[in-house]
Amino acid sequence: MPFIPHTADDVRDMLEAIGAPTTEALFDEIPAELRAKSLGGVPAALSEMEVGRMMLERAAADGLPLNFIGAGAYEHHVPAAVWAIVTRGEFYSAYTPYQAEASQGTLQLLYEYQSMMSSLTGMAASNASLYDGATAVAEACLMAVRAHRKSKSQRVLVPAALNPAYRDVLQAIAGNQNLAFELLPYDPQGGQTTVASLEKYRGADITALVIQQPNFFGTLEDVDALTDWAHQAGMLVIAVVNPVSLALLKPPGEWGQNGADIVCGEGQPLGVPLSSGGPYFGFMTTRMEHIRQMPGRIVGRTVDLDGKPGFTLTLQAREQHIRRSKATSNICTNQGLLVTAATIYMSLVGPRGLAQVAATSMERSSQLVQALTRVPGVRLAFDGPRFHEAVLLLDRPVRGVLEALAARGIVGGCDISADYPSLGNALLVCATETRTPRDIETYARALAEVMQSAVAA
Amino acid sequence: MSNVPADLRFLKSHEWARLEGDGTITVGISDHAQQALGDLVFVEAPEAGRQVAAGEACAVVESVKAASDVYSPVGGEVVAGNAALGGQPELINQDPYGAGWIMRIRPADKAQFAALLDAKAYEAALAAETH
Repeated sequence: MPFIPHTADDVRDMLEAIGAPTTEALFDEIPAELRAKSLGGVPAALSEMEVGRMMLERAAADGLPLNFIGAGAYEHHVPAAVWAIVTRGEFYSAYTPYQAEASQGTLQLLYEYQSMMSSLTGMAASNASLYDGATAVAEACLMAVRAHRKSKSQRVLVPAALNPAYRDVLQAIAGNQNLAFELLPYDPQGGQTTVASLEKYRGADITALVIQQPNFFGTLEDVDALTDWAHQAGMLVIAVVNPVSLALLKPPGEWGQNGADIVCGEGQPLGVPLSSGGPYFGFMTTRMEHIRQMPGRIVGRTVDLDGKPGFTLTLQAREQHIRRSKATSNICTNQGLLVTAATIYMSLVGPRGLAQVAATSMERSSQLVQALTRVPGVRLAFDGPRFHEAVLLLDRPVRGVLEALAARGIVGGCDISADYPSLGNALLVCATETRTPRDIETYARALAEVMQSAVAA
Repeated sequence: MSNVPADLRFLKSHEWARLEGDGTITVGISDHAQQALGDLVFVEAPEAGRQVAAGEACAVVESVKAASDVYSPVGGEVVAGNAALGGQPELINQDPYGAGWIMRIRPADKAQFAALLDAKAYEAALAAETH
């Protein structure tokens, strides 16, 4: 199948019809000095055979290390059926269809996805997904500014214990749209954001409080107290959650007296492989009263003229193709393929299966922490309750330790020392249901060797 | 043919304005506008206390067909938004010059109201638009 459908004859006919001498002449409008002469740094084209071989070689160079990194993307078991179904021709399109209503199957799938996410987060309405977790948090902050019409400040409180990559994206997207962010410290003992740290904002005009549960350290926040405090102070509450954890933890819709106002997060743990960092998908759900301020596509169920049920894109007046520059967001699409995987994953594992995944991950992570903190020179950073990650403090720089572990086929965790200098030599480790007790033992033994062989700094 | 009450003032963008006894100005969209939009499904009226300039977009009306901004005919302070429209946007379809009002504004400069189109001029503008 040709990827470029126009033959040389087609191109010549079209140019003739509009009276242009060459394709190049169509770009006359652009001043010569603004045009890129050549694309520097782009290598010469490779054939499919050459690309295939190069990718195999690179994958082989990675090896099959034992992975203990989480930090926002998590290695969970994905049943083989998930991607076997996703790659069927009927689903295998990464894009929202144009003439969406002609694709009832795709719309029904998105509708089921929205129903699952609403149920998981305890909220009334969900969109059909966003790009990823980080951009979903940025969109949630922009949405809070639109939804909270009494607040004029466009100031949002963000915990230092929010994923640092999310904070960067937040600044890049929303910071450039005149939102200001105030960083909330974490309690050095428990690793949580405390109500006490919020007190200085009482009486100030603040649009929203962001709460990540579990937070970047893997620690569980006191979400009820934080939510109630923010609501009493007249702020909206944005919950950033790991969807797998919600199989065990209280859904954000039930946080405190009234629940969170906007819920968002990274959908990758639901059936999406790590694949070197993406593509993933972001999710967002909200209360019915804020639905018109929610960005992204929304699929609704309705009946046709004959009373038969059907699915349709709804509330499109919020979107870019109708509202132009006044749209709620410039996002008029969704991560269709990844959401298809997530929907099939959730359908296959079910609520009980998801709870098992969450509980086993939590148990394995706890075993991991026990095993690693028995190694001399390693201790736990925080004593707060955790989900499936933890911060360890080492008696020497983390980088050298990770390199020595990598040489032993172990990816030992995420070095967060640069993001949190006050912690010192800090290593964020994670274990999910995919890490067996033997894997944990292997890691603990390797770490003991590494810590013994080098002299403590 | 749409209803254009003789005692109101208008904008070319199809808002109407009525000077009330207390000096405030009530604003809504014209019968022609509601007919053109079709069944309204959502109205976002401004919050009381908001300062608006003449010609500023300060409310949104959304129908099954389109979403449109509503522009303020005069500058001043919004003293009320019509809260009833939150649950019953169809009030605008049913009674655009009465229960379907959108906001009440205390004008900063009364001369702005006097400069708006009268019913005759608005009818002429409508006639020109349909040709």
